[in-house]
Amino acid sequence: MKIKNLVSSIAFASALTSTMFIATPSIAADTIKVGVLHSLSGTMAISETTLKDTVLMMVAEQNKKGGLLGKELEAVVVDPASNWPLFAEKGRELLTKEKVDVIFGSWTSVSRKSVLPVLEELNGLMFYPVQYEGEESSKNVFYTGAAPNQQAIPAVDYLINELDVERFVLAGTDYVYPRTTNKILEAYLKAKGVASADIMINYTPFGHSDWQSIVADVKKFGSQGKKTAVVSTINGDANVPFYKELGNQGISAEDIPVVAFSVGEEELSGLDTSPLVGHLAAWNYFQSVETDENDAFIDTWHAYTKDSERVTNDPMEATYIGFNMWVNAVKKAGTTDVDAVEQAMIGQTTTNLTGGTAVMNKNHHLSKPVLIGEIQADGQFEIVWETEGVVAGDAWSDFLPGSKDLISDWTAPIKCGNYNTKTAKCSGQNY
Amino acid sequence: MKYLIVLCCFLHVFLQPAHAALEIESHREADLYTELAGAKLNKMIPILVELETLKGEQILPLFTLLMAGNLYYVKADKALVGKANEQGATSYKSVFTQEERPELGKKDVKKVRVNNKLRSHLRTAIARIQLTSTSPVVREKAVRTLLAKLDPKTIVLLADRYAIEPHREVKNAIKLALALYTATQTQQSISDRVMAIETLSTSLENQVRNTLVQLTQDTHQPIALAAQKSLTQIEQRAQRFALVDKLFFGLSLGSVLLLASIGLAITFGVMGVINMAHGEMIMLGAYTTYVVQLMMPNYIDYSLIVAIPAAFVVSGLMGILVERLVICRLHGRPLETLLATFGISLILQQLVRTVFSPLNRQVSTPSWMSGSWEINPVLSLTLNRLYILAFSLAIFFLLVMILKKTSLGLNVRAVAQNRAMAKVMGVKTHRVDALTFGLGSGIAGIAGVALSQLTNVGPNLGQAYIIDSFMVVVFGGVGNLLGTLVAAFSLGIGTKFLEPITGAVLASIIVLVFIILFIQKRPKGLFPQKGRAAE
Repeated sequence: MKIKNLVSSIAFASALTSTMFIATPSIAADTIKVGVLHSLSGTMAISETTLKDTVLMMVAEQNKKGGLLGKELEAVVVDPASNWPLFAEKGRELLTKEKVDVIFGSWTSVSRKSVLPVLEELNGLMFYPVQYEGEESSKNVFYTGAAPNQQAIPAVDYLINELDVERFVLAGTDYVYPRTTNKILEAYLKAKGVASADIMINYTPFGHSDWQSIVADVKKFGSQGKKTAVVSTINGDANVPFYKELGNQGISAEDIPVVAFSVGEEELSGLDTSPLVGHLAAWNYFQSVETDENDAFIDTWHAYTKDSERVTNDPMEATYIGFNMWVNAVKKAGTTDVDAVEQAMIGQTTTNLTGGTAVMNKNHHLSKPVLIGEIQADGQFEIVWETEGVVAGDAWSDFLPGSKDLISDWTAPIKCGNYNTKTAKCSGQNY
Repeated sequence: MKYLIVLCCFLHVFLQPAHAALEIESHREADLYTELAGAKLNKMIPILVELETLKGEQILPLFTLLMAGNLYYVKADKALVGKANEQGATSYKSVFTQEERPELGKKDVKKVRVNNKLRSHLRTAIARIQLTSTSPVVREKAVRTLLAKLDPKTIVLLADRYAIEPHREVKNAIKLALALYTATQTQQSISDRVMAIETLSTSLENQVRNTLVQLTQDTHQPIALAAQKSLTQIEQRAQRFALVDKLFFGLSLGSVLLLASIGLAITFGVMGVINMAHGEMIMLGAYTTYVVQLMMPNYIDYSLIVAIPAAFVVSGLMGILVERLVICRLHGRPLETLLATFGISLILQQLVRTVFSPLNRQVSTPSWMSGSWEINPVLSLTLNRLYILAFSLAIFFLLVMILKKTSLGLNVRAVAQNRAMAKVMGVKTHRVDALTFGLGSGIAGIAGVALSQLTNVGPNLGQAYIIDSFMVVVFGGVGNLLGTLVAAFSLGIGTKFLEPITGAVLASIIVLVFIILFIQKRPKGLFPQKGRAAE
């Protein structure tokens, strides 16, 4: 039996362990449990099912290599059904009932925020593999997706430096990720000397389908003598009618390029991409990256899913990196105990799929390269730009007044997720 | 419409076999082709420039292939091939000999990569070559494309062309380009530049406006003033067209609302059944379009014409089934009907999820519906929305005719006005109920065909329209088709005029609040039913 939840009450644990020991001693002694907390139904199923498959594939691969610490890995899959409060319930179920050693899960920020208090209460460990708005660093979570400075900021830099863009339309879906990201971008652009009159911000509801007047506005905004670009945090299937309308109104990527943060290979698969050709996306990984690691990963993925058309995407790479790092950290710590693994995680390195090395920093965020790709007619991305080296993920944005002085450092002596460098104090709030 | 230009270039190339074959005339040229295969993106422009100088207009087919992303090279020997898609089958043809190379598969070739920078370079290069095209339409388009990138080399070409150009439209376009160039040249005399700026005031081209905005900051007072004056004139004209544009957006949204709600106007308005599964009837229609396209992949252009009756039948039969099995048993119990139909809507959604997958399905747009009708550079009406506007009106009048002129319509109206009396007069009310519900659902199915061209086809398609549909019917006045028409268009236009001021989220809130207040004042909507039947 695993000796994981030392923190949770000893009486409860010992009673339970002893009874379970008698019931299934051999299996219990041999496996390390990996929890998978991704929605398999509801609106987010489209994106999250792929990540569940990725974790299962990684577990199978690891078992082929002989497991971990001499034990077999066992995946425990639950379905929180795109229902945010259910993430907390299912997370609790994984930690107390299934007693998993690690969780890979969540996609939307709201689902992560929902499961977070449970993780901290029960001292669980979760890997979160999706790009997000930052402003968070928990001891119990490792963020393997991009922070805003690993996606949004480099993308805007690319527009300014390479495409000479001077006017910006920040278009997004009306919820927390776009609003926070746009707030950071607005502050960043103003710091770069862009006038308020040259920034247009627009929010639309989820699943918006009538883009006529908004696209007409963008067109008008772009005909004022300065090169204009759209920075899109539009999420989900609203993107399809948006790009269609751009095509219909004759706006090509050469006139007004759109750089998107939520459009990847998965979203483009099974979609007519001809009106989208030339528009941009910023990620830390594209399937079209040509490296041996990536070719091997894609081959394994196709073999595992038995479908040679299945695409790979950025959150899958984030899951891949997170899983490998966790395996190495467990090996280094020699145990699956959360506190030991958490400390062993910091400073871990593993090869990423884009030909470099990913490093886990003190703030539980990764250092990764940033790539910009242009959409091609076949639904893949042509990489047109990438950062020179890797960019370290910044939990607290330097461009927001409230979080400018905050840092996150989970090593001694600070050991704090939001440490104020000015007052030299930890706010005490855990996340 | 840039895509149209590309398409034109494309057609142009393939319609003229003289252009088709590309001969290798020198060693340098052969080297360039090999370099082109697998060149780094930032190394490509010099190669293209050299090829253009070497080959002149002969290079056009290669450039158009590259522009469209259809230029590939064979991995083994770096020979350039063009990819062609004919009726779903992919084939590769040698760029030079035009011979098909059937031995090549997807794994043997690699795409010659292009990015935006290259595409815009190619676009101007193609336009330069097309200045000598035989078709005046292509020539004019080429000149307009060149407005974006006027350099001394291009200006010489344009000036030469101006001297021999027989066609007036093309001549005007070239004149505009020359004036645009003169206006920006600081070595030209100020009076020449002012004159050029004055010529520009008649143009609505985006490029002209961009240049004028920059010229208003010019250090020479007369130039800045002239630019300001021309700009004001252009802005005034543009504003008038923008108003037309907005009106069209409103009408288009109105036509979508009309299509979505007109079926409901019958089931809810005439029969009085609160049908929460109405949206799913629309969704079934959209999925029918998808299935029809799956069955006839080579005839996408005709698929919608087949899909319209098919969707009517599918949704109509589903409607009759629902009416016979559920609704007729709950007659006169509106609350239970509401709950039962809500349940049916969930069942239908899940059914679609199970059968087709929860992911959105891709419905193609027929070629005659894509693109736009370009009236001038600031006003272009998208074709699919124009067709849908016309289609919604046609459906509306067809429905009015059915209700007014056919015996079914007479029976429907009789049952709606007084069920008991109609029954006494020998009308089979059960049958009429089922047929009316089938008709309303069938129309919803047809709406689904139209909506599949505008929005995502997925299990939640119906959900997005059900609230709007009820809003339109209630606002227009229950039981009145004309009310539905007026309500749909006024809500559409109202929303589109509010949207630029308030944003999309607030606009829909304001519209909803307005309707709530309106219903407080006039509970029976815009056109209440009058007379004894209304009681």
